[in-house]
Amino acid sequence: MSIDELVQGVLNQKRRYLARLISLIEDEDIQAMEALSQLYKHTGKGHIIGVTGPPGSGKSSLVTKLTAEFRKRSKTIGIICVDPSSPFTGGALLGDRIRMQEHSLDDEVYVRSMGTRGHLGGLARATSDAVRAVDAFGKDIIFVETVGTGQSEVEVVDVAHTVIVTDVPGSGDDIQAIKAGIMEIADIFVVNKSDLAGADKKVTEINAMLDIDPKEQAWRPPVLLTNARTGEGIPELVDNILAHLEHLKGSGLLQKKGLQRSRDELQELMKYKLTKELSQKLQGKPEYEKAIKMIAKRKQDPYTVAEQLIAEFLFSETR
Amino acid sequence: MGDNKTLPAAVKRWDENTVAKTIGKFPEREETFLTISGVPVNRLYTPLDSKDLDYEKDLGFPGEYPFTRGIQPTGYRGRLWTMRQYSGFATAKESNERFHFLLDQGQTGLSVAFDLPTQIGYDSDHPLALGEVGKVGVAIDSLADMEILFDNIPLDKVSTSMTINADAVVLLAMYIAVAEKQGVSMDKLRGTIQGDILKEYVARGTYIFPLSPSMRLITDTFKFCSEKMPLWNTISISGYHIREAGSTATQEVAFTLANGIAYVQAAIDVGLDVDAFASRLSFFFGSHSDFLEEICKFRAARRLWARIMRERFKAKKDSSCRMRFHTQTAGCTLTAQQPDNNIVRVTLQALQAVLGGTQSLHTNSRDEALSLPTEESVQIALRTQQIIGHESGVGDTVDPLAGSYYIESLTNEIENKAMEYIQKIDGMGGAPAAIENGYIQREIHEAAYSFQKSVDSNERVVVGVNKFQVDEEQKFDYLRVNPESELEQIEQLNNLRKSRDDDKVQTALHDLRLGAEGETNLVPLIIEAVKVYATLGEICGVLRDVFGEYKATDL
Amino acid sequence: MSSSKKIRVLVAKPGLDGHDRGVKIVARALRDAGMEVIYTGLRQTPEMVVRAALDEGVHCIGLSILSGAHNALFPKIMELLKAEGVSDILVVGGGIIPEDDIPDLKKAGISEIFGPGTPLDVIVEYIKTNVKL
Ligand SMILES: Nc1nc2c(ncn2[C@@H]2O[C@H](COP(=O)(O)OP(=O)(O)O)[C@@H](O)[C@H]2O)c(=O)[nH]1
Ligand SMILES: [Mg+2]
Repeated sequence: MSIDELVQGVLNQKRRYLARLISLIEDEDIQAMEALSQLYKHTGKGHIIGVTGPPGSGKSSLVTKLTAEFRKRSKTIGIICVDPSSPFTGGALLGDRIRMQEHSLDDEVYVRSMGTRGHLGGLARATSDAVRAVDAFGKDIIFVETVGTGQSEVEVVDVAHTVIVTDVPGSGDDIQAIKAGIMEIADIFVVNKSDLAGADKKVTEINAMLDIDPKEQAWRPPVLLTNARTGEGIPELVDNILAHLEHLKGSGLLQKKGLQRSRDELQELMKYKLTKELSQKLQGKPEYEKAIKMIAKRKQDPYTVAEQLIAEFLFSETR
Repeated sequence: MGDNKTLPAAVKRWDENTVAKTIGKFPEREETFLTISGVPVNRLYTPLDSKDLDYEKDLGFPGEYPFTRGIQPTGYRGRLWTMRQYSGFATAKESNERFHFLLDQGQTGLSVAFDLPTQIGYDSDHPLALGEVGKVGVAIDSLADMEILFDNIPLDKVSTSMTINADAVVLLAMYIAVAEKQGVSMDKLRGTIQGDILKEYVARGTYIFPLSPSMRLITDTFKFCSEKMPLWNTISISGYHIREAGSTATQEVAFTLANGIAYVQAAIDVGLDVDAFASRLSFFFGSHSDFLEEICKFRAARRLWARIMRERFKAKKDSSCRMRFHTQTAGCTLTAQQPDNNIVRVTLQALQAVLGGTQSLHTNSRDEALSLPTEESVQIALRTQQIIGHESGVGDTVDPLAGSYYIESLTNEIENKAMEYIQKIDGMGGAPAAIENGYIQREIHEAAYSFQKSVDSNERVVVGVNKFQVDEEQKFDYLRVNPESELEQIEQLNNLRKSRDDDKVQTALHDLRLGAEGETNLVPLIIEAVKVYATLGEICGVLRDVFGEYKATDL
Repeated sequence: MSSSKKIRVLVAKPGLDGHDRGVKIVARALRDAGMEVIYTGLRQTPEMVVRAALDEGVHCIGLSILSGAHNALFPKIMELLKAEGVSDILVVGGGIIPEDDIPDLKKAGISEIFGPGTPLDVIVEYIKTNVKL
């Protein structure tokens, strides 16, 4: 399949081409970037919604129900589910699709599962490229589900316009976790499993925490109750998601965020390209191996060697 | 037992002198011996290993609490266990012919297996039924099929056991309706529906609805039957499938009894008196390949259930504490390689079940690992039971292995470990909660995976599979289901839909919907619907609409 | 970068039988062998299997059936794949499948059938060797 075919296939909404493109992205294949660079001008239309929270808090179930609600409102949907790969074997069991069976034959819903792998470009890079591919494909709403535990997973939701942080009733301890990392990124809090005891209490706790947060007040994250099994609270959640998008547009934040994202992305890409190029060039070079040994023996220092190697391998040859 | 003061020193001496000397010359086969469930097995058991056992309290007598030694005062001396073989036939007509044959042979117990669409509440023309119609049992779409199934069979004279769970209540309703047409009132009906939905979520997979409406269907059935069907066994709480899914023996006991506790609690919660229904509960276990461990498992399960019923649920009647169970030899131990070896496996497993005091027994056929068994294989399986019953003499005294140091020690251990599991499950809020959060499924999966690993790495020998293999061509006669029968079944269903009174069907389904949305007992409404020939798929469809569907949790 | 290339496998249970002990063990073994395993759960129609395989960009589909519906369902899945123009996905099957049925299933395009008792390593190796990355 040529790059042109791939690009045309995606633009003509052929699922197989989208699937193929995402595979190339995951494999960090050079063709992926070429295709994405052609597709870039067709992106930026989808509403990207990040869903993050502890494992088992009902993210996949929630995305399924949100999908149903958005479908009722005639939106087309893309879903990217990210699950951790084993750091030892690199393998992964990707089970989010189990929850999404009710949409499995809907032509307007595309679901893709991704393992975190050990991406050279970082998880965020692969995921945001995958989201971009779905965006170019033309889906109106794109969900990105990640487990909200580690830093890299949190970064993933940076690509999102609207970030939903999920939690469940029960143990007050994890509120600390929310405070620690995920708090800042939430545009909407969802306390899922509203059928379990302590749901209201959890809502109160989160609200209390938001009250003492000195952050900008233009958008105060709503705290919503849902039952992702029965669908209770889902229409309200969708209304809030749409209201958040309106807020972004109305306040000029959408543009501002867009600029910031472009700046971040450009920087990151350059960093990534440089790192990749450098490591390819250094790979197996005797000078490189030798220098490492010298540094270890304290015969040379890493500060000087880094300067030298960069000057020698990156700049001398490319010029 | 025995409080021999000098024994500990003697055991020590034996260990250090006699054993040490021998091991020096002839090392043991393994460093540690484990039962198939992973329980360490000592070299020797002595009175020290069961020294805390109180004979009267912990063992007692056959037919008396806590029933460790069996539920019948005379064991098998009065009557042998029921030899109950079931087999599946594609259509109601074929099954009916088979039933007549069996009844003519003097059998009085019928056993019905249903195909998967029937078990999951789909009509034969549902897209998911493709290729499944009549495959593992008979296809029932409506009362019309049930009428054919039991045509000319006097339902007041036979007892019928139906392997059906999620939609058991619909099949029960059809059975009641057929009986009524024969002029047999439901209080005369005898039989069993499996009706154990919890193990479906855990292990067998034929669930339909989420947990809480499923439990409602069960308590509705308990209530209905306790008033109107005193001879009917409302549930068969099954460990068999849990074991087949890869659990250990202890897990089999623990998870089955935890499910049992959930049913009893649910029934009490809807206002039933424990002594009014508990004696109608029955159980179903597997008989796996570790001979002595399995015997202990049966004894431990019986004692533990008795204690749970008396101590936890305050059952007054002894009959409420009495665990009656059916056993099937473990299908998962059969090998496709050298299938005749399976006859030997089944023999041992059947013997275990008998030594463990089972009430009824199904012995697998040697070729069940490959396909539906042939008649010849089924006959050998039945003969196996008859040889144990009539030739071996093991049934001539009650609970013959009691008092063995090892047997009593392992019986204790299984009971204790199972109790620990049950307490842990209680801590999570009971079996339904532990199933919803995937705990029970994960525990079973872990056990299954590590077992498979130990076979793959040759730590565990499976004869013919990882040791003693031969080059062989697998040649077997398969009982094949005629592919035409799926089409015929669908055609009959279409004809039924054309010929019945649709208004009546719609009214009955509407009433059922209202009932399901409310809190009335659904059994009478379902009986009304089946009587006007609403199909199983339509009835379950209404319930699916109202209740939703269960979505598996796991991996 | 081939270093991050991974074998992706869809593990599916078409048909209605709920015996997923085997399929789950296989899924786990494939993961432990470094593959990305997408599991879709029970009761999959052929259409659902094919849709998931295409969307997920898998290299291999592993199917398990114990109810005897394989003769109807396996070929149906192969047909649908063919209709989608797919020929590079390795499809393997497992479960209770009589020897006599295997030739026809292979003719339909199933590459290999693993009977009960197949060691996990054999399955892992087969997929690793035969998959087209
Ligand atoms: N009781 C209850 N359970 C839920 C609810 N939402 C999801 N679950 C269950 O929680 C478990 C984990 O859900 P899942 O969507 O896979 O969570 P994820 O790991 O965050 O994607 C599943 O068993 C769901 O059925 C809810 O609102 N109430
Ligand atoms: Mg998930």
